[in-house]
Amino acid sequence: MAGEKDEKNYFYLSQLAKREMKKTFLLFLLTSVFWSSCKKSRGLTVTKINWEQIVISDSIPANDSIAAFIGPYKKHIDQEMNAVLAYAPIGLTKTDDEFNTAIGNMMADAVMELANPVFEQRTGESIDIVLLNYGGIRSSLSKGDVSTRTAYQIMPFENEVVVAELRGEQVREMVRYLIDDGSAHPVAGLELAINLENAIERMLVQGKPVEEDKIYYVATNDYLYQGGDNMLFFAKAEGVHNLDYKIRNVLIDYFSQKDTIAPVRDQRFIRIP
Amino acid sequence: MKRRKFIKQSAAVGAVVGVGSLGFLSFAQQKDRKHITILHTNDVHSHIEPFGPDHAQYPNKGGVARRYSLISRIREENPNTLLLDAGDIFQGTPYFNFYGGELEFKLMSKMGYDAATIGNHDFDNGIDGLLAQLPHAEFPFLNANYDFSNTILDGQIKPYKVFIRDGIKIGVFGLGIELEGLVGKKLYKETKYLNPIEMAQETVRQLKTEENCELVICLSHLGYKYQQEKISDVKLAGLTKDIDLIIGGHTHTFLPEPTVVPNSEGKNVLVNQVGWAGVELGRIDFFLDAGVNREGQGATISV
Repeated sequence: MAGEKDEKNYFYLSQLAKREMKKTFLLFLLTSVFWSSCKKSRGLTVTKINWEQIVISDSIPANDSIAAFIGPYKKHIDQEMNAVLAYAPIGLTKTDDEFNTAIGNMMADAVMELANPVFEQRTGESIDIVLLNYGGIRSSLSKGDVSTRTAYQIMPFENEVVVAELRGEQVREMVRYLIDDGSAHPVAGLELAINLENAIERMLVQGKPVEEDKIYYVATNDYLYQGGDNMLFFAKAEGVHNLDYKIRNVLIDYFSQKDTIAPVRDQRFIRIP
Repeated sequence: MKRRKFIKQSAAVGAVVGVGSLGFLSFAQQKDRKHITILHTNDVHSHIEPFGPDHAQYPNKGGVARRYSLISRIREENPNTLLLDAGDIFQGTPYFNFYGGELEFKLMSKMGYDAATIGNHDFDNGIDGLLAQLPHAEFPFLNANYDFSNTILDGQIKPYKVFIRDGIKIGVFGLGIELEGLVGKKLYKETKYLNPIEMAQETVRQLKTEENCELVICLSHLGYKYQQEKISDVKLAGLTKDIDLIIGGHTHTFLPEPTVVPNSEGKNVLVNQVGWAGVELGRIDFFLDAGVNREGQGATISV
């Protein structure tokens, strides 16, 4: 008896369903067990689910009280962010080229130029190689004024420069990683040429061949040093020096010292046909 | 208690009398029907202002002030609404770099967020940085699979919270992603990552049998789906039971519609995620009726 009623109930539910909004999941419920399992039932159950992914577009008016609350924070940030530090005659992106790009070279060279004096002062040694990561270039560099905001766009994260002590053997591992990965990870101090078979044609650090037992000072960021992007060779470092210098601050300082930002793609990592 | 009994009885009457008449059935349903609206965001990443008109992907999209207008409108339509966030509130604009998440939490409090979970980027200023901002959040952070007992966050994060809307008990719990390899150890310190499936099962059991929740929602920062074996929202949905909705994050996935996944008992679970940066607001409306019952093997969802 209950079964017959339920069947009709089901029918009406489905009739109702046809009149519902399009974006509706209907739970067609078999109610035949209702009478027998009252003990377990709490009596209320989901019969229908609607959904909508609502795009927040400019057709929705901004709430005044929220906008007013944000105001002073925004004003302060804008003052800082809009400070013009330099000028870029052309726009650059990390996808401009293969193996090395102008924007990546700029970042690696900025670390070499600005972090090395800090490192030399603290340790008496010099940075041999800089290695950052392609994924860490978070934005393109637009043509026109280069501001503090530009540095925040390219590097929004708080990562700091660290210098790892790697043996020549680990430098070779690092080079193998660069070749296998094939991304234009920013490098400086390293000169690398590979052929069509991915074999090494030329590998120089500071213009000299790599010596197996020599210690090389490799500047990177704390994310990569901890194995980010699978740069596992850093785990074999014999020592590490944290310079307490954020990559973003390196960029801000770099932009502040230059009038024009016009880095170029060069020969540091190339493929020879 | 009495109220629930009344609903149950009237529902039974409604079901019997309603059989003969479509009109009456729909009237009875309207009367007894409960309507719960769930609104959700994920991976907002400090995007307080809308994207600019020149933005390549999302020109003039997003913005907290607009989101709040929309939320207010929906709350007027249905006051029985929960507003939830699935983590990565921090990091992505200078607002975070300058104020450490203070403004994000203050705005979420003003908008009346009911709960959020913790994403990996919410550790970006360390657990100290997160703890420092917690006083600005007038809503709880929920996580059931991070053990904070050896950290300064001990006692600050609850596994779940039960909300009551229109008499319906809604259990909301949180799950976080494995931090090792993703977040620097010096940031998350002694936070222990526990198996999200085991912790989900245990938490859901509590929500169902001890708290008697009618709806169970998981706020997850595990990520939507992966090629690898890695645990994801879709995997979680299939390996657990008694979860109605998984609100996800981490993978910045713009789902065109919620994904329907059969759980370990063959009942359907919804998995939803709305990209990132506050470009979209997710809305799920649950309608609950008396007199019909999902205890049986019956529930199927069709579009």
